[in-house]
Amino acid sequence: MKHYDVIVVGAGPAGLGAAIEAGRQGAKVLLLDENDRPGGQLFKQIHKFFGSREHYAGTRGFAIGRQLLQEAEEAGVEIHLGRRVWGIFPDGSVTAANDTESVRYQGSYLILATGASENALAFPGCTLPGVMTAGAAQTFANVHHVLPGQNIVMVGSGNVGLIVTYQLLQAGANVKAILEAAPKLSGYAVHAGKVRRAGVPVLLSHTVTRAMGDGSLEAVEIAQVDEHFAPIPGTEQVIPCDTLCLAVGLTPRVELADVSGCDLVWSGPLGGKLPRHNRHMESSRSNILVAGDLAGIEEASTALDEGRLAGTRAAYRLGLLDVGTYEGRRAEIQGRLDRLRQGPFGEKRRRAKEEVWKA
Amino acid sequence: MKQERDIVCRCEEVTREEIMEAIRLGDDSLDAIKKRTRAGMGFCQGRTCKRLIAQILSAYYHLPVDQFLPGSIRLPIMPIRLSLLAETVDGAVESEEGGEVHAPDSH
Repeated sequence: MKHYDVIVVGAGPAGLGAAIEAGRQGAKVLLLDENDRPGGQLFKQIHKFFGSREHYAGTRGFAIGRQLLQEAEEAGVEIHLGRRVWGIFPDGSVTAANDTESVRYQGSYLILATGASENALAFPGCTLPGVMTAGAAQTFANVHHVLPGQNIVMVGSGNVGLIVTYQLLQAGANVKAILEAAPKLSGYAVHAGKVRRAGVPVLLSHTVTRAMGDGSLEAVEIAQVDEHFAPIPGTEQVIPCDTLCLAVGLTPRVELADVSGCDLVWSGPLGGKLPRHNRHMESSRSNILVAGDLAGIEEASTALDEGRLAGTRAAYRLGLLDVGTYEGRRAEIQGRLDRLRQGPFGEKRRRAKEEVWKA
Repeated sequence: MKQERDIVCRCEEVTREEIMEAIRLGDDSLDAIKKRTRAGMGFCQGRTCKRLIAQILSAYYHLPVDQFLPGSIRLPIMPIRLSLLAETVDGAVESEEGGEVHAPDSH
């Protein structure tokens, strides 16, 4: 059986960061991804990132993706695409399939960077064509250059809802409203400012209650909600639209971590159940590390650095780094992560992360 | 415009009313509801509906939602053809160009 020092599952920012760091230290690294191209969500991100220079501030997401791919290649990482990892077994072997074959790989260390899936809402009519997640709309517009519709209603004012709204406006669609169930906006002010300046109304304490249409979406019914997020009778309004985007949070994709025996813990601020891990990104299973949205929903830049931490840790445990070099490298990456977890939003995530480390 | 159904598990087309009926019959976990209604047994393996059903259970039993998640997860974690599952091969894979790049190690 083919043996690798490190097998990384998921080629988004976290998986790429992990593979690059382990590869640079001389580990034999395999990077697996179910998609036909690597980069995860990075290639959908047409906006410029902010933060500091070391976090690629001012660079657009897809350009960061291209740079990481080049770094992975230079680090000698073997990348197998279009392979869905369907199992992890007690002997540490990993099985992945495409449409024509299923292959078993063996690795000394496994780094799970499986990311997250988008949350859904269920309401009458939610399966009508035209109702989709914000990520799906972003794939339509930014990857395939197809507008999902002309008249759009967005549910959710987190960063995903705000950024996708702005990108749909840029692509020529009309976003008729952003609905937010909470009594205040949940995303960054810089993103909120952009959509507000563009004139998109943000309806706080509102949610969608029904999607209507004959064969495809023609209108949505919305309503005001009370403090328990229950719709208030009598407050319903109907908004004609052909597309409804749901941007209502992300859930860590824990399936592989769970079947491989990693303990899971709950963290509301980090998106739900996630594999318990320490600050070295080690899970409760000794040879399995985790990184990125799987280890708590944050951002592409934090995912990348968590991946780098995991990859460096795996290289250290393989004996490819002495303890001094490892500690230095770890402190450098951790310092960057700490700076990313500052401010009112970052602080909440930092505290949640520390709770996970203590769990 | 016709009245649309309130579907919670779209892969298996299980409605909110069917989930509520299962709960009224005593189902108190994702697994119990899955066994009765097939919710979560479809192509996406509950990735879309599990959290929604957990929220319904949480509201009904007045318990935190995390008590119901993630439910039992088993291999294979995503749909795979049985013929491929049965013939899983060791480590030799084709490169993107289609050529053989890795001979399997002897074992």
